[in-house]
Amino acid sequence: MPFEWVVALRFLREGRLQTALIIGGAAAGVAVVLFITALVQGLQASTIRRVLGTQAHIVIRPAEEVARPQREGVAGETVLPHVEARAQRLRSIDQWQAIEAMLDGMPDITAVSPMVSGPAFALRGDASKSIAIFGVDPARYDRIVAVGEKLVGGAFRLGPDDAVIGRELAKDLGVGVGDRFRILTAESAQPVASTFTVTGIVDLGVRDLNRRSVYVAFRTAQTLLALPGGASQIDLKVAELFGAETLARRLEARTGLTVESWMRTNEQLLAAISAQDISTRTIRAFVILIVAVGIASVLVVWVVQKRREIGILRAMGASRGRVQRVFLLQGAIVAAGGSLIGSLLASAMLFVFLRLARAADGTPLFELIAMPAWLYLAAIAGAIAGGVAAAALPARAAARLDPAQAIRM
Amino acid sequence: MSEPLIALDGVRKTYGTGTDIEVEVLHGIDLELEPGEFTALVGPSGSGKSTLLNLVGLLEPPTTGSYRIAGRETATLPERDVTALRATHLGFVFQFHHLLPAFTATENVLMPGLIAHGPITPERRERARELLREVGLGDRLDYLPRKLSGGQQQRVAIARALSLAPPLVLADEPTGNLDTHSADDIFRLMRRFNERSGTAFLIVTHDPRLAQRCDRIVELVDGAIAGDVPNRAREPG
Repeated sequence: MPFEWVVALRFLREGRLQTALIIGGAAAGVAVVLFITALVQGLQASTIRRVLGTQAHIVIRPAEEVARPQREGVAGETVLPHVEARAQRLRSIDQWQAIEAMLDGMPDITAVSPMVSGPAFALRGDASKSIAIFGVDPARYDRIVAVGEKLVGGAFRLGPDDAVIGRELAKDLGVGVGDRFRILTAESAQPVASTFTVTGIVDLGVRDLNRRSVYVAFRTAQTLLALPGGASQIDLKVAELFGAETLARRLEARTGLTVESWMRTNEQLLAAISAQDISTRTIRAFVILIVAVGIASVLVVWVVQKRREIGILRAMGASRGRVQRVFLLQGAIVAAGGSLIGSLLASAMLFVFLRLARAADGTPLFELIAMPAWLYLAAIAGAIAGGVAAAALPARAAARLDPAQAIRM
Repeated sequence: MSEPLIALDGVRKTYGTGTDIEVEVLHGIDLELEPGEFTALVGPSGSGKSTLLNLVGLLEPPTTGSYRIAGRETATLPERDVTALRATHLGFVFQFHHLLPAFTATENVLMPGLIAHGPITPERRERARELLREVGLGDRLDYLPRKLSGGQQQRVAIARALSLAPPLVLADEPTGNLDTHSADDIFRLMRRFNERSGTAFLIVTHDPRLAQRCDRIVELVDGAIAGDVPNRAREPG
């Protein structure tokens, strides 16, 4: 072992009480930081998941159609135009296959799902219900909105004449899995309604959505809504949830289409989350500061106590730099030890907390999206960096000791 | 004549330079030590003996004057080289033993080697043990300093000073803290290493009895050399 390690480890072993104190402090700090981070992340993730459970992160639609006056004004001539805003008809995104291919190739986009959606009526017997048709490719769409996980019956499988419908709608129509109903759209070429078989019943978590959502196959919707070969929107899921808005603006500039991110459509939620973020960060910063000051102060005392030893080491040929490194290393070692213990502590705390904290109906208050390994690694790396930083001042003091004076003590 | 081991030329040391309490402790010291010389440095308290020893030991730089070790001027060397020179050319024995309390006797002896040459090898460990056996501590190799008597600690300190076989060992009142019997032991030990391996010693002492047993006696009074005599009539070590 090199000199610095030998001396640092021995000093730590010799000063057991101080070592225990610093490691304890670092452990508590790391545990609190990890616990808060994981807790808030879990809480936010489950809130966002609940909200975004039925939404795409980004939705791309055709640009709105704008009516332009036929005649431009000419100098010296007065034109009194009356331009009516256009009614927005259901349209396909131009070249949506090309756009889809481009989106598929972007690394910050994790799922792309084209959709044909439009209004229709569901008919069964005398009942007719206003519905929204979502024509999707189940495999692709499932990665945007996990319909498969929200099924209360049947499967998320869409053949040409299959439909997956919301729970309230099924109740309204009095159908179950395997039963048939008809869909009538304004765009149908023939006024005859097509017949569909219910292959799945889904609970989207929002009653209103359950009352009107009908998923059918992509091509079927194209026929029903008279958009052959078209797609009325493209749903996206992104890797960086909070980068959605920036990405949306980029996509809008690039494609000229209307691009809306979840952040735009859920501004209230976003404000709440960012407020929470700021408070967590503040707490974290203070905890880190307090722990760093604690480590530094114990090390300062340590340097004073070790003056004579430092003098001896210097007299024996240890340079200032090496003496300094001994103390930096001590800071790093205690921080590493403390953060390991702190990580274990945080895991235990989270485990207990998840057991105890349950919502009124007995389900966990929030699900922890498996505390990511990087969070632990970041905490440990951060703690070591903090330990070294905390040790910097004491280490400099140690290096500056005049050996002749230190020995005379 | 060959190069002296160390050569001080007009060395002055002033403390508190640039302040109201500027004190010159050493007033122009000229001193040369030859390889293998066994020299006593005597003088009353406050005469500057310890300061001179610190200068020779490169623990502090002279204010003015020249100090050469093996022909190499030290005043202009950067800190890193001074430290390296200290490690290779000088061994220290202090009055209060100054062992590292957290390390065993063997580890204390190994420390200069660890600093100068990096991680300890089995050969170096064996050599450290051999040195400790030579100073009579073969049965205390792995004792911590606090478990050793004052005389035993000083033996460890001597073994440590000699561990890198430096040409010069500086001893600041090495026996000052010991009873007469232990003091004699320590003195004989240093003498033995001097005679056997040609290591030069510069020993600060208050004890005229011990000084009389050295080859040369340098006397310091009020920061100047008042006497420097070869001690031909030295008593047998």
